[in-house]
Amino acid sequence: MERFTFVQKIFLYLGIAVFLTFMLLPFFEMFMASLRPLQHLFRSPYQFWSDDMSFQAYSDIWETVPLLGRYIFNSVFLASVTTFLCMMFVIPAAYSFARFKFKGKTISLGLFLGVNMFAGAVLLIPLYKLLRSMGLLNTYAAMFVPGAAFLVPTGIWLLKAYLEKIPIELEESAWIDGASRMYILRRVVLPLAVPGLIVVGVASFIGAYAQQFLFAITFNQKREYMPLPAGIFEFVGYQSVIWNQLMAASIVGIIPVLIIFLFLQKYLVKGLTKGAVKG
Amino acid sequence: MSSKNLAYNSLWQRLVRSHAFYAWLLIAPAALFLFTIVGWPLIETVRLSFTNAGLGGEEYIGFYNYEKLFSNRKYPGIVGRTFYWMFLSVSLKMILGLIGALLLNVKLRGRAAFRVLVMPPWIVPMAIGCIGWLWVYNGHFGILAGVLMHLGILDGPFEFLAYRNSAFYSAVITDVWVGTPMVTVFFLAAMQGVSQDLYEAAYVDGASRWYRFRRITIPQIMPVILTMALLSAIWTFNSFEIIWILTEGGPRGATTTMIIDTYKMAIANYKFGYGATRALMVVMLLAIFSLLYLVLLNKVNERFKVK
Repeated sequence: MERFTFVQKIFLYLGIAVFLTFMLLPFFEMFMASLRPLQHLFRSPYQFWSDDMSFQAYSDIWETVPLLGRYIFNSVFLASVTTFLCMMFVIPAAYSFARFKFKGKTISLGLFLGVNMFAGAVLLIPLYKLLRSMGLLNTYAAMFVPGAAFLVPTGIWLLKAYLEKIPIELEESAWIDGASRMYILRRVVLPLAVPGLIVVGVASFIGAYAQQFLFAITFNQKREYMPLPAGIFEFVGYQSVIWNQLMAASIVGIIPVLIIFLFLQKYLVKGLTKGAVKG
Repeated sequence: MSSKNLAYNSLWQRLVRSHAFYAWLLIAPAALFLFTIVGWPLIETVRLSFTNAGLGGEEYIGFYNYEKLFSNRKYPGIVGRTFYWMFLSVSLKMILGLIGALLLNVKLRGRAAFRVLVMPPWIVPMAIGCIGWLWVYNGHFGILAGVLMHLGILDGPFEFLAYRNSAFYSAVITDVWVGTPMVTVFFLAAMQGVSQDLYEAAYVDGASRWYRFRRITIPQIMPVILTMALLSAIWTFNSFEIIWILTEGGPRGATTTMIIDTYKMAIANYKFGYGATRALMVVMLLAIFSLLYLVLLNKVNERFKVK
């Protein structure tokens, strides 16, 4: 097929540059603000560069908020547990929807997808009562139990589409050979579904990690269980905000997950391409 | 479920028929879990909406909350704003997502790196992305006002989050920023799934790039576009953290969408009953919107069905 001319390529790169600038602008701004000494932050007019920039804030954050490391750990831990719990429910249900014909299938699938319409914020009060009656308030579970529930529908939708693409013949021959149903699911289907499982796992992890704020501030008062998005607001005091440290802590806090993601991202796009996205 | 062999087919069907029970067994854990965490709280919300529940206890008060809500002069404005917020933000996400996916699908040097660089807004906790935006929008010390002042577009500091209009559109931009990467990645995956043969055949027939985009790319990825649009619409309608961290619904209610309004009423004012009524309005309007969308989608699909 025809190639792009030199001029066209320049425009394409320009387009990508503009797009990425928008995507990365806040991170750049956070980084710049984290380098400025606190007094200098409030200097007008705006200075792009100055001599007194330093990495001082990056060592100060650990003293201002001693639990910061714990918050970062909590975030990753909570997201992992949420993902695991979510997958335990998603895998059998998605397999069932992908493979079996039964009465009420369309309706039950519709009901599952309908759950997408409920944001946690709408159901906060009854959820609070529910968690209290189960004795889960102020525990990790107060955050990962509701967190996982809201991720299940999308997980089923993604994994079902992927499982439908796996040829059925293998399961049939395993059945003829006398394999049990659980054996077929565990030893035949799941190994073939690994790319799809990675997609659903990564998507759930991102969902669980990116949306940790609301449940954390509502259902948990204990500081040692706080995830980063809630704990980071400790830099916001009653009187003033230590902005440069807030920015530095934000950057330090997200780096572990960005590194994990760097390794996983190619499986995500690959797995999605292989068929997990279909209407 | 296609099977070439008839014998296999009937065998499989017998297997399936005897296994309806097994099918439900596999679904049961997820169904029970969601019923507990989503279903029961929903029922409880319906019950609460007929009470005056608050910190001091609760009493059944019939439809009083509903009457109060429907005669509230401010409420229609909040509903309208929420739909405007949703349509604006979702359209921008779809357009930017499509452009982004197209750009990242071109074979250029550095493509792999560009693909990774799009994703951070999606992966990073929303609350943290919003902290970055808070500073971007800062009128005195933020980069946006700074650059605009240098360029002479602004002649003095401008607090983007302090005025009704600028606060609303700033929140929209941040919401678009959070939502675009996921849309881009899904569109990109869909585009890569389109068979290369289609493009080559069209190219041989002399179809231009634009023609191929309109007649091959768009129709081929249409199912994904339509699904993402609906999911995006639901998520945007329910978007809470972004607005809460940026403006808490202010200034003077300019960014108060239905979800923010519900949260304020129930959590900040401790009016659990009246808040539940508002929560149900969110759910009902979204359900009506989603049903309309799906019905329209079916009609459109039928009309455009080839052959």
